[in-house]
Amino acid sequence: MNIKQIRKWLVSGFLALVATSTATAQTFVFTAIPDEDETRLVERFRGIADYLSEQLEVDVRYIPVKSYAAAITAFRNNQVQLAWFGGLSGVQARALVPGSEALAQGVEDQAFYNYFIAHKSTGLDRADELPEGIRGKTFTFGSKGSTSGRLIPEYHIRERFNEAPETVFSRVGFSGNHTRTLRLVESGTYDVGALNYKVWEKELEDGNINTNDVKIIWKTPGFPNYQWTIRGDVDDRFGEGFKEKVREALLNLDDPALLESFPREGFIPASNDDYEPIRSVASELGIID
Amino acid sequence: MLFFAIAVAGLFIADIAITTANPWRDLGQFFIGVATPNFFSTEGLMTALLRTVAFGFVGVTLGSLCGFLLALVYRFMPVRIFCAFIRAIHELFWALIFLQFFGFHPLTGVLAIAIPYAGIFAKVYSEILDESDPEPSRLLPPGTGAIAAFLYARIPDCWVQLRTYTAYRLECGLRSSAILGFVGLPTLGFYLESSFSQGLYSDAGAMLILFYVLIATMPLWVKPKLLPFYILAAPFFLGEGFPIVWGNVERFFTEDIVPSPLRNGEGLAGLSTWLGDLMVTEALPGIWNTIVLTQIALVATGILSLLAFPLISKHFGGPVRRTSGHVFLVIARSTPEYILAYILLQLWGPSMLPAVVALALHNGGIIGHLIGRQTNTIELRPDAPTGFTRYSWELVPRVYRSFLAFLFYRWEIIMRETAILGILGIYTLGFYVDSAIQNIQFDRAMILILITASLNIGVDILGRYIRRKLALQTMPTC
Repeated sequence: MNIKQIRKWLVSGFLALVATSTATAQTFVFTAIPDEDETRLVERFRGIADYLSEQLEVDVRYIPVKSYAAAITAFRNNQVQLAWFGGLSGVQARALVPGSEALAQGVEDQAFYNYFIAHKSTGLDRADELPEGIRGKTFTFGSKGSTSGRLIPEYHIRERFNEAPETVFSRVGFSGNHTRTLRLVESGTYDVGALNYKVWEKELEDGNINTNDVKIIWKTPGFPNYQWTIRGDVDDRFGEGFKEKVREALLNLDDPALLESFPREGFIPASNDDYEPIRSVASELGIID
Repeated sequence: MLFFAIAVAGLFIADIAITTANPWRDLGQFFIGVATPNFFSTEGLMTALLRTVAFGFVGVTLGSLCGFLLALVYRFMPVRIFCAFIRAIHELFWALIFLQFFGFHPLTGVLAIAIPYAGIFAKVYSEILDESDPEPSRLLPPGTGAIAAFLYARIPDCWVQLRTYTAYRLECGLRSSAILGFVGLPTLGFYLESSFSQGLYSDAGAMLILFYVLIATMPLWVKPKLLPFYILAAPFFLGEGFPIVWGNVERFFTEDIVPSPLRNGEGLAGLSTWLGDLMVTEALPGIWNTIVLTQIALVATGILSLLAFPLISKHFGGPVRRTSGHVFLVIARSTPEYILAYILLQLWGPSMLPAVVALALHNGGIIGHLIGRQTNTIELRPDAPTGFTRYSWELVPRVYRSFLAFLFYRWEIIMRETAILGILGIYTLGFYVDSAIQNIQFDRAMILILITASLNIGVDILGRYIRRKLALQTMPTC
């Protein structure tokens, strides 16, 4: 009996080893940085997957990931071929995958901006420059790898105070995404936070912000942000001209419901060079080499 | 006493503020959520539960198999060091490493569990085998083959212990499997994190309840006869994931983890500046915070377990109180500390406090349970004192040695968990590992993981030394 059981364990262990690799057929997979509430992302990108699948006549699948780095890594490892990146994650991803290029960006992404927001208890008001009064308060970024949640706010904090955020503020945190930043500042967990203006406006429009508790204290200057980035080798894998087909499909996207879910007015062509300002800021801050 | 003093000193340095404006309201909402679970929120909930079980089974099976083989050669020093090393790295760190080159392939989750578990199994199996009675093998006729002697004379004697420990480990495996979801694998943690971060407490409550039910009913559905069936079936329920691109594996080992100065040809001079910078800005603060938090959590665990054991001890209170005590301790110990810390961090805001409470609740739950069970075997005189006097003069002195033994045994485990909690935003080593990974600097991440591992090995050795010094013996826990 004992021996039999041991033998069974052995055999089944072997099978466990063998049965682990199953290949997926030629499916075009894309992902997106998890910059907002996941339900919202899944809803939005499932719509995009259906749309692309119809336009490109291949199976298209969206996979949700848990971090910005996971999106970049999946793109780098060729487990996804297309991604909706932020400015910084796009720059990082394209540096890691030679031949990859920025395909399209939202109309608004040419001059994106951020809001710095504060809880009512700080008594801070909207100003034309980042208020001196934020010194000594608690502050939350979004995700560590975010452009509008981390890179741009950190850049402006350093510009304004000539110090690292850790010394300007009494506590520095990373909320994870823009929606979380909004919720944490609204509830007073952090005094001040910085987030993507699109998320703020969408939530405001949907009536999800208690404007008595939290308000905008500063709006940053514009910078290039989100874009669709595709791997250079998709033509080899999905046929000649595939990349152009994807670009066309994205530029022609005019379904108001889908565009509203981003929310973007529409998509326009983008190139790698459009993101040079982001790259230089990131390298100045030591986030990329 | 020394440990207590260190912890009190630690409290002054540590950052233990509640930063939420309204922590109790959030906590209340969370409990309302648990009381009104919504089992139909996510379509993927059942799949997630299935995947959690599947990853747990495959990971533990593979781990126990490799662990068993390693246990046979455990007397060799290199094997011991190797095992100590692989078990000093937490499942989540292993998962983060494998994610970089296997990506979302089931192998990532399976290996993340199997590798550290193999190290633990090797150690415990070899201890069990060493303690088996040598008599039967001496009675075998000369010329009996080594394998036959091993299978027929050694194994039967300690079969029960091996089986008990493996079954116990399976429960730990399910917990590990659940938390792997937090880094993106398709297990329960994935959905738990999503619902929690969006404040969907009813959905999160449903997941927690399902998880408790899963763990609590294990004795009902994990039967020796059914095990082969589960183990054969489990690999087919891991999900498909994405095919592995082997080039990525090669790239990871030959480029990504090579320290950047070496990769860029800056030579040894560049390497030492790079290492120095890494030590000063990340490793040292990380080590410091990890140690401070570990020590506070260790003492908090001790206090909590001493407070908790009377809850289930037959020397205090009636059956109602004991049953509710059992329920409390089961919940405390079967919630992975990572999930507890995550929940408390969401509710109280970021500081060391949620981490301390989470670690103390989970570990105190385990030790309290073990000590409480032990007191039930103690027979007191009929005229023994009652109440507080009974507690402090009759029972505590009797169980104090084993209490200390368990506490020092869990020291290393608490430290391993402390490091990992950094991923949630507390500034321990895990925070810096996560930051390095978020910045796609795997060379930095690897060095920090190695530092974490050596810290764990150090504490493990120290803990074992203290236990030997005090002549304390324990059964392993996880």
